[in-house]
Amino acid sequence: MAVYNLSLNGKKVKVDVEPDMPLLWVIRDFADLKGTKFGCGMALCGACTIHLNGQPARACQTPVSSVGKNDKITTIEGIGEGKLSIIQKAWIEEQVPQCGYCQSGQIMSAAALLKSNPSPTDADIDAAMSGNLCRCGTYDRIRKAIHRASDEMKVAEKGIGQR
Amino acid sequence: MKAAGFTSLGLAVGISGFTRDASLKKIAPAVLKLEINPFIIIDTTGNITLVNPRPDMGQGSTQAVPSLLAEELEVSLEKVLIVQSDGKGKYGSQTSGGSSSVRELWMPIRKAGAAAREMLTITAAKRWNLPVSECVAEDGKIWHKASGKSLPYGELADDASKLEIPKEPKLKDPKDFKIIGKYNKRLDVPERVTGKAVYGLDVDVPGMVYAAIVHSPMIHGKVASIDDSDTKKVKGVLQVIKTERTMPHRTSEAVAVVATNWWAALKGKRALKVNWDNGDSAKTVDTASYFAATYEAAKKEGVNFEEKGDFGVKYANAKDKLESHYETPFLAHAPIEPENAVVHVKDDGNVEIWAPIQGPDWALRDVCGYLKVKPEQVKINVTLLGGAFGRKAYHDFLLEACHISKELKKPVKVIWTREDDITQGPYRPGMLSHMQGFVEDGKITGFHHHAIGESIVGQVFKGLKDDEADPWLSEEISTGNNKYQFGTASKVSWTNVKTDIPVVWWRSVYASNFGWGQECFVDELAHLAKKDPLKARLEILPDERFKKVLETLAEKANWNEKLPEGSGKGIAVFKSFGSISACCITVSKKDNGVKIDKVVSVIDCGYYVNPDNVKAQTEGNIVMGITAAIKDGITFTNGICDQTNYHQFNVMRMNEAPPMEIHIVDSGAVPGGVGEPGLPPIAPALGNAIFAATGKRLRKLPFDINNIA
Repeated sequence: MAVYNLSLNGKKVKVDVEPDMPLLWVIRDFADLKGTKFGCGMALCGACTIHLNGQPARACQTPVSSVGKNDKITTIEGIGEGKLSIIQKAWIEEQVPQCGYCQSGQIMSAAALLKSNPSPTDADIDAAMSGNLCRCGTYDRIRKAIHRASDEMKVAEKGIGQR
Repeated sequence: MKAAGFTSLGLAVGISGFTRDASLKKIAPAVLKLEINPFIIIDTTGNITLVNPRPDMGQGSTQAVPSLLAEELEVSLEKVLIVQSDGKGKYGSQTSGGSSSVRELWMPIRKAGAAAREMLTITAAKRWNLPVSECVAEDGKIWHKASGKSLPYGELADDASKLEIPKEPKLKDPKDFKIIGKYNKRLDVPERVTGKAVYGLDVDVPGMVYAAIVHSPMIHGKVASIDDSDTKKVKGVLQVIKTERTMPHRTSEAVAVVATNWWAALKGKRALKVNWDNGDSAKTVDTASYFAATYEAAKKEGVNFEEKGDFGVKYANAKDKLESHYETPFLAHAPIEPENAVVHVKDDGNVEIWAPIQGPDWALRDVCGYLKVKPEQVKINVTLLGGAFGRKAYHDFLLEACHISKELKKPVKVIWTREDDITQGPYRPGMLSHMQGFVEDGKITGFHHHAIGESIVGQVFKGLKDDEADPWLSEEISTGNNKYQFGTASKVSWTNVKTDIPVVWWRSVYASNFGWGQECFVDELAHLAKKDPLKARLEILPDERFKKVLETLAEKANWNEKLPEGSGKGIAVFKSFGSISACCITVSKKDNGVKIDKVVSVIDCGYYVNPDNVKAQTEGNIVMGITAAIKDGITFTNGICDQTNYHQFNVMRMNEAPPMEIHIVDSGAVPGGVGEPGLPPIAPALGNAIFAATGKRLRKLPFDINNIA
């Protein structure tokens, strides 16, 4: 066992765990943030997607010992900084989730995409989102929600009226 | 009329409703005053609580069921608090399956809402000393419109509870519906995009330990020996114990690694060495020999399910005839939330359960039978389900947690790995459709569907005799269901080819198998008859609803448009779970395969609650239906599953999802299902489109869409 100081959603968190424990289980069972999900354990489904210093990462394949105390970890609970993000609102507008289990990971991947590419094409969306499985089959709505969020972000940035 | 305590409702241990944020959905602690049948409680503060008897696995029952109540009770949807039923007998059937939620609750919940509305109206009229006819319910109050005065339901609930419950309350005229049939956002979406929704995997109970299970690699093995020396070195591992996996048809042995946290349990599992006595599983758990047996069975007569005309004689004498075999594989459900359960078998023999299960009623029956306890000793808390598709109405994982908790006398959380989920089953059974048919004067007049394979009724319910056809065929390929009228002769027959591979229902059950054979073969016969596949169907489908669905599809999918060389459209129609769904897929040649350009689906599900949810479910069925056609099946070689995780059991990803369009036919018929009926026509529409584009007739699923040889 070893003590790790983590920066999780802007808060300092101290955990005493095995060095090889994936961040997924540290976040879920030691920091008690259950929004990040377990799906495959092999980085095949994307349900555990978080941001590590703003970049999407698979928490199931990220040992806690590989994360430094200054590395910023963001989970679905931290994405809106206390309120719904534009992306989450777009997800609601498009009524994306069915069971919803994969959607934390979908939203984290989409947020990273929109940060690096505010106007993604369909091909950009395919490239960024194909690591996230949805067995309910909500892909069509995820695509629409990303386009919607992209539009809304531009509106918010430019301060121009409703689209 | 009765008043009952409220404390038994709702989930315990800090979970309120389905969310971790208690402020979102508080469960009223008030003493209830008015209980209209077991489902609906109106208390003196005006809170309305609905005990939802259909767990939500993504199909939208937590909106659909309260909508039925809110409509008749004249309250807005957000006024209805939802708690999940606990399996107790007073709530009746409580399993989300067979696309039954709205179908079965359409009348009972509406009637209960209407009865409450009538009782509240009568109570207000009495209090005002006015005729009942002058009082109306609206927005959670009874109003006297002439004077403008009103009384909220909460103030009337106590007195109303003393009235007789009307047996035949007057239901609203559908033309007055404000909620049913209208677009409404699902109120549970915000908690599903913020990480607050509570699935089975998210339940924590004080004092809980975690268990990872080492299952028999050939499914039905016995533990010969265990070497846990490396496992015990893993920090956090508490114990290694023998356990068992109880399936409806067999029980096999397993080993549980119990630890203080899940990662330790998993590491312990990976370090464990178990020798298995696999008996004859290398032979009996094998898909190649199973399918060989189905093709052998196709050479013989099956058991007749139905026959019109003497098909055998007519077929023997027919001039223009065809015979084909259509094969569908075993499939895993592979919901992204793997199987899991928390169970606490307490010292006093009482049991508490927190689990993502499709049916608390079935779970209660299974747990009582397994632990030899009475229903009143068991409390079941149903969480949200992170997908299920039929898998989570099979309780092997729940009974494992019961077994381990009983041994340890502690709350235990069992989590299956993805590998457990994919290699252990149960699966949709692989099936063979042996098809024979003929055409006369350019019309399909003879049709025989010989359905061959393992029976879910037989294996799961032990309810099928050897000389009996599987009764579930009636909801699938019977002419009473598919409404085809074959003028000369038709036959549906069945042969049960058994296997030790565990099987269970999978989204749309046998329709997902037999739709492939039925609708591709109709297409083959249409081409034999030199007829347009749509016209050939319409000629033998006198049923008005089927006609309307196909005609709508033809219009929306622009069926008659001239396509360039190398492109083609295919159609298929199938009725299942009371709804008719048809699909048109357009494909075009690309390299050695084809690309899906567009999918258009039409559904007539009769009355429906939320058109957007009907569309969402149909979109999901398109994705799952194409996945079943072009992605991986499950195969077993010498007892071992060849697929272990999503890299070998691939499911469709974002980059492969085609453009899709859904249209609803408003027939005003009694409600049909929505969760499943969109799936069966997808694979055959794709197969028929590929034939149209390439001339290649595919008969075995799955196939490689990038390599249509």
